[in-house]
Amino acid sequence: MSTIKSLEDLKRVREEALKKRDLKASSGTVQVIVGMGTCGIAAGARDTMKSILDTIEKDSLSGIIVTQTGCIGICEKEPILQVVIGEAAKVTYGKVTPDIAKKILKEHVGNGKVVTDHMINI
Amino acid sequence: MKAIRSMVLVSSDPKSIENGANDVYQALQHELTSFGLDNEVSLTMVGDVGRHDASPLVIVYPEAVIYGPVKKEDVHFLVEEHLYKGRVAVSLQAPVRELSGRIAWLSARKGTLPAEQRIVLERAGEIDPDSIDDYIIRDGYQAFATALTAMTPDQIFDTLEKSGLRGRGGAGFPTGTKWRFVYKAKGEKKYVICNADESEPGTFKDRLILEGDPHSIIEALAIAAYAVGANEGYLYIRGEYVLAQERIRKAILQAKGMGFLGRNIFGTDFNLELHVHAGAGAYICGEETALIESIEGKRGEPRARPPYPTTHGLWGKPTLVNNVETLANVAPILRNGADWYRGFGPKSSPGTKVYTILGNVNVTGLIEVPMGITLREVIAIYGKGMKNGKTFKLAQTGGSSGSIVPATLQDTPMDFDSFSKAGVALGSGALLICDDDTCVVDLARVLLNFFRKESCGKCNPCRIGTQRVYEILTNISEGTGSLNDLTDLMNLSDNLYQLSNCGLGQTAGAPIRDIVFHYRAEVEAHIRLKVCPTGVCSMSGKRI
Ligand SMILES: Cc1cc2nc3c(=O)[nH]c(=O)nc-3n(C[C@H](O)[C@H](O)[C@H](O)COP(=O)(O)O)c2cc1C
Ligand code: SF4
Repeated sequence: MSTIKSLEDLKRVREEALKKRDLKASSGTVQVIVGMGTCGIAAGARDTMKSILDTIEKDSLSGIIVTQTGCIGICEKEPILQVVIGEAAKVTYGKVTPDIAKKILKEHVGNGKVVTDHMINI
Repeated sequence: MKAIRSMVLVSSDPKSIENGANDVYQALQHELTSFGLDNEVSLTMVGDVGRHDASPLVIVYPEAVIYGPVKKEDVHFLVEEHLYKGRVAVSLQAPVRELSGRIAWLSARKGTLPAEQRIVLERAGEIDPDSIDDYIIRDGYQAFATALTAMTPDQIFDTLEKSGLRGRGGAGFPTGTKWRFVYKAKGEKKYVICNADESEPGTFKDRLILEGDPHSIIEALAIAAYAVGANEGYLYIRGEYVLAQERIRKAILQAKGMGFLGRNIFGTDFNLELHVHAGAGAYICGEETALIESIEGKRGEPRARPPYPTTHGLWGKPTLVNNVETLANVAPILRNGADWYRGFGPKSSPGTKVYTILGNVNVTGLIEVPMGITLREVIAIYGKGMKNGKTFKLAQTGGSSGSIVPATLQDTPMDFDSFSKAGVALGSGALLICDDDTCVVDLARVLLNFFRKESCGKCNPCRIGTQRVYEILTNISEGTGSLNDLTDLMNLSDNLYQLSNCGLGQTAGAPIRDIVFHYRAEVEAHIRLKVCPTGVCSMSGKRI
């Protein structure tokens, strides 16, 4: 990538990144976000992440983007997992073990049914 | 057990009292009883809540609805509508427009925690920290671009000074002024340093920012470097914060790749190189001159001051040292302006503060709220009350350099000035909430144990004083203390304050003053009656 030389350059790069993101959203892409701060990782976020990646590979699921994020401040509820489907509002889950992650992938991502038992309100 | 579902506060500053706060309080008591609500609604007179345009105020939590001015004739309607039927009594609400200070934000954001106001944590937990695109989408590097291409250093200092931003590393020094000092210091070569050593027990706000939003700190350091005239900078990150170091290193590479760091940034002749330095693992290395020594490869021991780092810092050159949270405020202020920033919190220390909440509350965690929120609000709203319905006894703020804040100060706005007026310190932002099972002697002993171990040993008053204080406290907790010990403790505490070379020794005696001042009876019970009222201390009769 060429380097940014002015505020205009920066704005252009920002527009491009935004477009890329919006394109993903409008094509109904599913985003699965795992909280990977130290608190998340200490609570087992790496296992949760691994179980998500394994499930996606094993079941050959497509159209799912798995990303990480930092801590959102409710360390007690880690590992935290968030699901965004297309342009719908973000759903946040707390204390997501590898098994619960699988369940969320199956029911929420697969069938569009929010797993209310593990949802948290933030 | 009583299950309190609502909390009603009545302001009782002099003006409120003059306008009938006592009558309102009594009427509330009467009405709550006659509606049969007195078991589920708590009622408290809270002193000065920081707003005087509609006194007396009645504030109802958890909804944080503010009523005022309330007359005793209004109380029946208020209780019936809000507390009995659960509807806001709109006609009695205080005018919203004129709200100023901390309460203005209490009901600002629906759907999230009531007063939470994210500036420095705006992106943490929202973006992928490893993605510079995510940062740029959320306005990243815009403030830097504008600063570098369209602002003079003076304009940057002016904006920061006008914003009222004060350092979040503990001392609360005005940030714009510090930047100006470094700019004015003579010398070709200057440095900027981000202090990310964060070793206060119980504090982890800086880690969260570094891990969740690393680019925000790099952008702020770049702005600082341009403003003060530095072309090299360091991020001194606590050794244990491996993930934070990793993310910052990665972010630096990304920023270089995009041309935000390196040579001829944004096509100007400004160059900047940033390095990551892993902390040496001692609490004292967070003290800025010890930190500088540590980067220079020496033992982390504080220097004598003056001269201050602003003129004689790293390698003897003018150096700016700022805390992570302080830096995280910089780009938002430049992007949105000083007036916007002043809209949060009280006049004398505007903005937000990040707190880590720990201890005997139902919910622990991390919040960012406007300066000037009170402990009562923190416990009730974010902590969701005390664990097991116990009573709040004290809070220990800011890890070890903070204060022991007694429950009597739980309605004092938490900002630099209000706290220092009340004789306590805000510290680094940890709030260890303790219930009435906590023994103050034991608490002070634990704190002094930390200080004696972390004292670098460079100067006698601190090296020997902290050890001695610890021993005396231990004896008191074993039931072998004497009243003379109490005098010794107070003298040692004074000596520590007056004779120590750095902040560690200077504040190490603070817990002593705090407990003797606020909890003298409890301390004396250990000595005179050989009883620990909370049953925490072993009182075994041993003596060191
Ligand atoms: C014993 C001791 C430990 C300190 N630890 C830290 C720390 O971990 N992080 C920090 O930012 N400041 C720490 N400070 C304060 C720094 O010396 C310095 O005041 C601060 O980094 C200045 O930044 P600010 O102006 O942004 O607050 C400590 C001070 C003392 C005396
Ligand atoms: S006060 Fe304590 S920590 Fe500070 S220089 Fe002296 S011995 Fe070291």
